Amino acid sequence: MSDSSAAQTVLRVEDLRVAIGRKEIVRGVNFQVGRGGTLGIVGESGSGKSMSVLAATGLLDAPGAVVTGTSTLHDDDGAGLALTSATPKQLRRVHGNSIGFVFQDPSTSLNPLLTLERQISESLETHRGMTRRTARARALELLEAVGIPDPESRLDSYPHQLSGGQRQRVMIAIALACDPAMLIADEPTTALDVTTQAQIIDLVKELQHDRGTAVVWISHDLGVIGQVADEVLVLKSGEAVEHRETVSLMDHPSHAYTTQLLAARPVLGRVPQPADPAAEVVLAVEDLDVAFPVSTPAGKKTIHAVDSVSFEVRRGHTLGIVGESGSGKSTIANVLTGLVEPQGGTAQLGGTDLLRVRGKQGRGLRRRVAMVFQDPFASLNSRMRVGDSIGEPLTVHRLPASGSRSDRIRELLELVDLPTHFASRYPHELSGGQRQRVSIARALALEPEVVILDESTAALDVSIQARVLDLLARLQSELGLTYLFIAHDLAVVQQMSHDVLVMRNGQAVEQGAAEQIFDDPQQDYTRMLLAAIPPERPAAV
Amino acid sequence: MQLSPKAVARFLGTRLLHSAIVLLGVMIVVFALIQLVPGDPVRLALGTRYTQESYDALRAASGLDRPLWEQFFTYIGSAVTGDLGVSFRSGQPVTALLLERLPATLSLAGVGLLIGLLIAVPAGIWAALREGRIADGIVRITSQFGVSIPDFWMGMLLILVFATGLGWLPSSGYIPFSESPGGWLRQVTLPAVTVGTVAGAILTRYVRAATLDVANMGYVRTAKSKGLAPSTVTIRHIMRNALVPVLTIAGIQLATILSGVIVVEVVFAWPGLGRLVFDSVASRDYPMIQGAVLLIAVMFLLVNLIVDVLYALVDPRIRLA
Repeated sequence: MSDSSAAQTVLRVEDLRVAIGRKEIVRGVNFQVGRGGTLGIVGESGSGKSMSVLAATGLLDAPGAVVTGTSTLHDDDGAGLALTSATPKQLRRVHGNSIGFVFQDPSTSLNPLLTLERQISESLETHRGMTRRTARARALELLEAVGIPDPESRLDSYPHQLSGGQRQRVMIAIALACDPAMLIADEPTTALDVTTQAQIIDLVKELQHDRGTAVVWISHDLGVIGQVADEVLVLKSGEAVEHRETVSLMDHPSHAYTTQLLAARPVLGRVPQPADPAAEVVLAVEDLDVAFPVSTPAGKKTIHAVDSVSFEVRRGHTLGIVGESGSGKSTIANVLTGLVEPQGGTAQLGGTDLLRVRGKQGRGLRRRVAMVFQDPFASLNSRMRVGDSIGEPLTVHRLPASGSRSDRIRELLELVDLPTHFASRYPHELSGGQRQRVSIARALALEPEVVILDESTAALDVSIQARVLDLLARLQSELGLTYLFIAHDLAVVQQMSHDVLVMRNGQAVEQGAAEQIFDDPQQDYTRMLLAAIPPERPAAV
Repeated sequence: MQLSPKAVARFLGTRLLHSAIVLLGVMIVVFALIQLVPGDPVRLALGTRYTQESYDALRAASGLDRPLWEQFFTYIGSAVTGDLGVSFRSGQPVTALLLERLPATLSLAGVGLLIGLLIAVPAGIWAALREGRIADGIVRITSQFGVSIPDFWMGMLLILVFATGLGWLPSSGYIPFSESPGGWLRQVTLPAVTVGTVAGAILTRYVRAATLDVANMGYVRTAKSKGLAPSTVTIRHIMRNALVPVLTIAGIQLATILSGVIVVEVVFAWPGLGRLVFDSVASRDYPMIQGAVLLIAVMFLLVNLIVDVLYALVDPRIRLA
């Protein structure tokens, strides 16, 4: 940081510590952010990155948490307010006024019962003493500024009428309503798909450029941080392991943990082990059609979630299916696992149409297709032990006798690199990555030929995602599995897939061998998806 | 987004149609009731007053001598026009007898639920916002206590303290609101407090749970991050969202009180529906039982309809779906 920037410091944090009970979760963190500058804070889940920033800004709401150290917010005249020792009333004057916040999940961070106008104008009325009418005019300007189409009519909309990306834009409008000196962005793009993430990054940079806002951007993904931050603070177990200017940190990481985070970031150019091109076709889907009736203000309409899509997968190969949210990727998975009834088309699995069989034969055939879901927290029953979750498919299909059942569960746990004593644990005792391994073990319980991985690593931190991807690759070569790898992240898809199918609005936009799609994409849509991946080089060069 | 009159009409239309279908089902069951009772209802109703002439007269008067299908359509036809037959016991029209009881029942249920909500909403929210602290513990134990107290005991206790002891309020009886609003209020207070504390204890637990769920939501954190006053966060962001699940339970509570709280009515000599039903069952007054069951069903349907409309008013996701 240059000498002149010291005078413009917006937030200075020194020796910040947060303890809950006897456990110290944040252990002496220091950082500062200057006007117009961006500090990136990275680390895995549980590294204390959110907690540090929330504690520093006085928004930490954890019962029994003790915050020590100093955190000083400077206004334009250089006068400072110590946030860690401020009264609740003083903090309320700062929150939403001098510091704006954007949180991770746009689907839960907006109040479902209030119009966008109410949610934006609240802080204007509170901090700026605006009347309802002037606040409405300002809310309209803000919606325009964050790029909401047709902002006039959107003012009276409710959050559920917006897409995830639009909701996050509204969150940004709320955070910037009172023109704060500082913006805290806590994993603001983690719940979004790659193209929306790229748009939100551009939006924040643009707004920051116009207003000179200081930004603290929290993420588990060094790829994203590289695009936004001038300086990076790497946290591990509540301690700063590295704190440097972004370009030099990414070019020459000095700490092993930083190197590991860098290596885990999904980047283009990694490819899977080659598969036998002459292998037999395991699954052949032809002219798949799925439509849902939906009611819109204009009356009932039919939406084609999947519109005559055809593909085939060879044994031991991975077919990557990519596209943005709502492109119909997951619907294909749901049809193949029997969760959704298609309107037309066939899916030949070993010579039998998976979509037509019923009864006992159907159950036998369905066994050969397994699925791993996205959310490792929601897809395991919290009241069942891990072993019972893994063993449940065996029970349903009345497979081995009870004696060998526990052997099989142990074998499956070993297969996914988990200690066998995990069988008696409950899901809440496991981390996200461990839970996803359990889900994989459960999917493998019936020795399927085809495993559908529906965004199976999207909810994980990048470093954990990298390890789960390695596991999946190993299982594929060891067990000769065939994968349908559904993801919105093209870099991850390239790393896993031999063939790729690009979906948009229910249609197959482009499909073919992976190297062809990645090296020479024919469609603009595919090129756009590729461009949205955070590049390997940081942007702040 | 403004509500179009068309959308409102469609919303209400569907709900009303559903209610009508349920009502028809109830009518079939109620009609079958009299056919299914063991023995001859007319004979049973007459009891010791039985003579062949009185038997034939009552049978003809109740239409029980005609074919089943004709009886059914006559029953539906007259029920729709408000004619529910004649009470075996008193010889008066069932509809008139039911309507006579309705004001007392509505008074008790309305005031009772009001008292319940006045207890439950502040107590539940207060406890939830202080989760795990002493205040929360006190509210939880008190509500557990309230749920466990038998209502007759609560009623007798109130009579002992406020009627016999302090002499502030009458211990029994009912004065219609139209006759004397002051007298009505004095009469309704003790039975309504009895009903209300039980309903309030149950509702408190739901309000607390709903508030806890909402208080941990992301949008409450967003509201706090805007620097809003705690009271604004609670009222605008927590309470309204917690209201949706609470409405369901409040509706069930109201319908339960409406359909009769026999023990409370007996303790306070309250001329409500509960006692009427009880007396009719005791004397096997089938037309009366049929009428009361039908009225209770209608009240349940009405309460549910109101709850549905309130849902839609509170939650745009239901309104605009």
